[in-house]
Amino acid sequence: MQRLAPSARRDQYGSRINRAKSPIREYCTPYASIMLASLVPFLFLADVMPFVPPLGFMFLIGWRIMRPGVLPLWVGVPLGAFNDLYSGQPFGSGIFLWSLAMIGLEALESRFPWRGFWQDWFTAGLVVIMYILAAMVVSGATLSVHLLLATLPQILTSILVYPLVSRIIASLDRFRLSRSRRIG
Amino acid sequence: MSPSSKRRTGFSKKQQYSVFTGYLFASLGALLGLALLGLSLWQPSSFEPLRGPATDVVAPAGEATAAVRSGRKNVWDTITGYWRAGSQNAALRREIEIARIRLAEAQAVEVENRRLKALLSLPGEDSEAVATTRLVGSSSASSRRFAYVGKGEADGVEVGMPVHSERGVVGRVLEVARASARVLLLTDSESVLPVRRASDRTVAFAEGRGDGLLRIRLINLGLNPLEVGDVFVTSGAGGYYRPGVAVAILNELTPDGGIARLVADPSATNYVTIEPIYEPLAVEASEVRARDELTDEELGD
Repeated sequence: MQRLAPSARRDQYGSRINRAKSPIREYCTPYASIMLASLVPFLFLADVMPFVPPLGFMFLIGWRIMRPGVLPLWVGVPLGAFNDLYSGQPFGSGIFLWSLAMIGLEALESRFPWRGFWQDWFTAGLVVIMYILAAMVVSGATLSVHLLLATLPQILTSILVYPLVSRIIASLDRFRLSRSRRIG
Repeated sequence: MSPSSKRRTGFSKKQQYSVFTGYLFASLGALLGLALLGLSLWQPSSFEPLRGPATDVVAPAGEATAAVRSGRKNVWDTITGYWRAGSQNAALRREIEIARIRLAEAQAVEVENRRLKALLSLPGEDSEAVATTRLVGSSSASSRRFAYVGKGEADGVEVGMPVHSERGVVGRVLEVARASARVLLLTDSESVLPVRRASDRTVAFAEGRGDGLLRIRLINLGLNPLEVGDVFVTSGAGGYYRPGVAVAILNELTPDGGIARLVADPSATNYVTIEPIYEPLAVEASEVRARDELTDEELGD
């Protein structure tokens, strides 16, 4: 009998034989990572203009785009509410905008089911630009040209940081589905 | 990437219904968010009981990053200090000699001031700081400019108290939780601070623009007397801030005032002090509207 190469029994998440995922890891990793990412901008001190990308939102759309079906469609409500506690936005803006983004991405995916990384980056960039501008409008600040100009660096960093976010999500996904115990 | 076949509903009624329910819940969630958003724009402090404890939990982590932040700044200052060390040293020595003389003069003026105030039996201006703390975090992803400090109600911090750094005004306390407080920075577009020119009595408002600069709007219009480089200090009007604390330096002239830079960059400061409201009576008085009817109790006072 011809022996198979050992690598043939492996996929990206590890050995395919004798593999049991940890249910806690499988279901909690996306939520935990999005909530932690929501906390990161809180720890930076921005006194002049917003410069940290809205990381919680970027992790949400990252998970949504890269692993469709992992997050339910209504997940913007609890996660957006959590983000609102720390983002400095009026409470409710996260719930509203995150829910809209989830619905929008779902509709977009049913329209363009086949896609690659570049297209995902384009989609994420577009969604983040719309999110940052919409968040500025509902933030309660007096809208002016200066305020708009001050968000441009943030928009640029947000677009550029998406590949990094997607790599982090990919490694988190590998951690999520890797073998946690042997059976038998 | 091909679409996952698991997400196709096909002819399964159960699948179709679950997709429909997902859309329904998400839309209801968006509507709920819109309602909450409207409520918090109308009554900004309505979700304070939720936000406060949440900030209390994260503030200790912010203390750690604040310590790292100031450490990093010192390292950078040390490295840049090696450049032009000699010439800078000589220039600084000349400057400090003049500064010492000016300081001695200022002390004399201060003593005279105190004596004159005692003659007029005015109360002293020395206000004891309520708390000294670090800025532990900020709303760095939002268009609003809020900072958070790691001291709250338990330390005697109250809403409206001014926050100063060793250089000047940073902002004022907007919301207080048990062990943390939210500070409205001067650069926020909703922040307005009554100021005057340090050299004379030209009064103005310093409004945040949202991009790190302040707009100085003169109260008395006419010929614009300002010049680039003018220093503005708090005027004490409104009752929140004690007068004479540095706020901004004029950078650019406009027809109705100018554009000014902050004196006290919050990110460049290590510690901030929270001071009591300068004149609580004036603040209370400004909250009474002209048409409010006084209660019998208030009339009795």
